[in-house]
Amino acid sequence: MSTVERTVPETSPAAAPAQEVTRQPERYAVPLVDIYEEPDKLVVLADLPGVKKDGLSVQVEQGILTIEGKVERDTPGTVLSREFTLVPFFRQFRITEAIDTEKIRASLKNGVLRLELPKAEAAKPRKIPVET
Amino acid sequence: MAVWDPFRELERLRQEMDRIFESVLPARGWALEFLPGAAARRYPRVNVAEQDDQFIVEALAPGVDPATLDVSVKDNVLTISGEKKAPEGVRPEAYHRNERSAGRFVRNIELPADVDPDNVKAVYADGILQVVLPKAPEARPKRIEIEVG
Repeated sequence: MSTVERTVPETSPAAAPAQEVTRQPERYAVPLVDIYEEPDKLVVLADLPGVKKDGLSVQVEQGILTIEGKVERDTPGTVLSREFTLVPFFRQFRITEAIDTEKIRASLKNGVLRLELPKAEAAKPRKIPVET
Repeated sequence: MAVWDPFRELERLRQEMDRIFESVLPARGWALEFLPGAAARRYPRVNVAEQDDQFIVEALAPGVDPATLDVSVKDNVLTISGEKKAPEGVRPEAYHRNERSAGRFVRNIELPADVDPDNVKAVYADGILQVVLPKAPEARPKRIEIEVG
């Protein structure tokens, strides 16, 4: 077993459900994510250390959300001890039709991508007044 | 007579293994990697590099509030601490996926030579903390002029 692990080694690709496609695992790292639900939207947080705004691409196509991050840096100098190697990030999620894909917002701060996926009108919780 | 305690016995065996690996393998990182418990506690992941007159330490720490980051140097030991906060006000049942860990961390990194603690610079950008530590004058390589006789 090598001491050099890919960018975020804590998850094994096997842990990801089959619907998420990770291509060429030897050349891509799977970013760790948090996904949580708020009343009117889904929030996705993805750790993408070393990725700059220019190198980041977020796409939605045919119900698949793709997050791809290029990393163009490495520790300068002669590396004496290495615990991480920066490789490009790639991860896909299937999103349901209940998301308004036109209004997805993305921001990148401190190496964390924050995606807000607003729920489509039909999927928002609606309070039904009870008549007596 | 001492009572036989299987857990203590296991712990003793583990320590024994540690000792063997530490002595056989000069790269300490490997030995630690072998023990899942010890490896999991190592956060953040760190690269240590050397240039002629300085060391460069990079730590992989996305999503850390820069205000909580603390970098200090004593002798040849660099200490990095900080906090990665979990998103606020999210109920546990609202999570579909929760892979990014959160919490406070401290890590000590021993450098191969003394550094000049007054001129250490740290930059946090794109989730990577980079610390540049100039070597102490006595640790810098010296060019010896060769006289041609």
